[in-house]
Amino acid sequence: MDFEVDKIRQDFPLLSQKVHGHTIAYFDNGATTQKPSSVIETVRRYYEEENASIHRGIHFLSDRSTETYEKARERVRKHINAASTNEIIFTSGTTGSINALAFSFGEKYLSPGTEVIISEMEHHSNIVPWQMACERKGAKLRVVPFNENGELVMEAFRKLLSDKTRIVAITHISNSLGTINPLKEIIRLAHKHEVPVLVDGAQALPHESVDVRDLDADFYAFSGHKAYGPNGIGVLYGKEKLLYDLPPYQGGGDMVDCVTFDKTTYNELPYKFEAGTMNYIGAAGLAAALDYITDIGLERIREYEKYLLEYATMKLMSVPGLEIYGNAANKISILSFLIDGIHPYDAGMVLDKLGIAVRTGTHCTQPVMDHFKITGTLRASLVFYNTTAEIDRLHAGLHQVREMFG
Amino acid sequence: MNINELQDEIIAEFEVFEDWLDKYNYLIELSNDLPIMDPQYKTNEYLINGCQSKVWLRADLEDGKVRFTADSDAIITKGIVSLLIRVLSDRDPAEIMDTDLVFIDRIGLRENLSPTRSNGLLSMVKQMKLYALAYKTKMAQK
Repeated sequence: MDFEVDKIRQDFPLLSQKVHGHTIAYFDNGATTQKPSSVIETVRRYYEEENASIHRGIHFLSDRSTETYEKARERVRKHINAASTNEIIFTSGTTGSINALAFSFGEKYLSPGTEVIISEMEHHSNIVPWQMACERKGAKLRVVPFNENGELVMEAFRKLLSDKTRIVAITHISNSLGTINPLKEIIRLAHKHEVPVLVDGAQALPHESVDVRDLDADFYAFSGHKAYGPNGIGVLYGKEKLLYDLPPYQGGGDMVDCVTFDKTTYNELPYKFEAGTMNYIGAAGLAAALDYITDIGLERIREYEKYLLEYATMKLMSVPGLEIYGNAANKISILSFLIDGIHPYDAGMVLDKLGIAVRTGTHCTQPVMDHFKITGTLRASLVFYNTTAEIDRLHAGLHQVREMFG
Repeated sequence: MNINELQDEIIAEFEVFEDWLDKYNYLIELSNDLPIMDPQYKTNEYLINGCQSKVWLRADLEDGKVRFTADSDAIITKGIVSLLIRVLSDRDPAEIMDTDLVFIDRIGLRENLSPTRSNGLLSMVKQMKLYALAYKTKMAQK
């Protein structure tokens, strides 16, 4: 495989960390990714050389800080191929983005008799905000099921779409099953009913090249920290016309045009949705992260991660009694699994002592666990800095787990 | 043996283990020693829900002592549960309430009682003390 993973690993200081005497094998990337030096440097330099609050100051540093922040917005626009920077709203993360939209959209468009469609494989962050909006407005939540391989049942989706549907909120890639959903088809079908689609892109952005115009997505949400950027920064993309029609989500500084006690008029897009002092340093870090993955090349990343997925699937399948949950034909390098009769928490604790970081539990997707009638899984989510040697360590670790608990 | 002597005994037991593997294997062994909880009590009423593993806990008062029975769906958690029962079961309510569970830290299992682990153990300790408080109040009323 023509991918210089050893060289790439040197960009990530944390990966040489020792845990319980072993070099860490970090497989919890679905939860958060490690950061390359360029991102860490960007954040550090910002604090050392540029820090000043954006948009309001008249002084040199504030101007410079504002410029950096707006450059980051342009960087994000370019990365997802949005039509305008007015369509890029910075938030605290995917959860923040979806909550903002669910509130704002709910206020304007949901009422008794209307429906919101989500899927059975959504992260809690793309379930609960819609549940809350539906409760508030008396609307109904409808759920598209998935099949035994972890693929959406498209026929059921087609049937759920109706003139009652106001929005479809669906994940691009499942965080617990790895499934890549047929977004283009989902969006095309929804648009036939003139229904807009919000895409939860938290797991997609680090793995795939995302083109919101090609997808024709109406809203697209993602986090910085899952895509090698800093924590506490995220993005809500929305088509300009749709965002323009939506009411603001939070009130405060920067989102206003003019405030009197009688009436407040709101600032223009995208500032209408950016109340308070934004995480401008996080935004700069996110831009650096996008530069980093673009430099490596998303196509190369995809190819190498596909190789890792195939290698890891083969290795794990050779462990007796191991079952993988999520076997979609089109999936990313996420492996959710259980070893017959062994509690994931027990297995995870042993792997931890071997310096192997996996996630155990429901992965914030309890309905997915309910579907398979299990209480949780072990999850290894692999990215381009993982190696086959690390997968071999996981494989050996799982054998040890079997010896202890089997 | 009073509670603190018992804690010292457990600490001494764990001192012989050279590494985590021996410690975990011992916890697995202890999990097998835990008296089986009557399945009829493994219900939501007795469930202490952790995100990661489940713990069921029941308490009865017998001759002025609180007797705990418990179980967990994860084996390592169950091993620690069995240690907690060994230390705190069949004790006066006041004694249970006043105990500082130093042994957990001393045998190197503190991370298992951290709130971030969400394995039900921290809530279990709280619940054991709450039961003790409830029984103490009940006894005082008599």
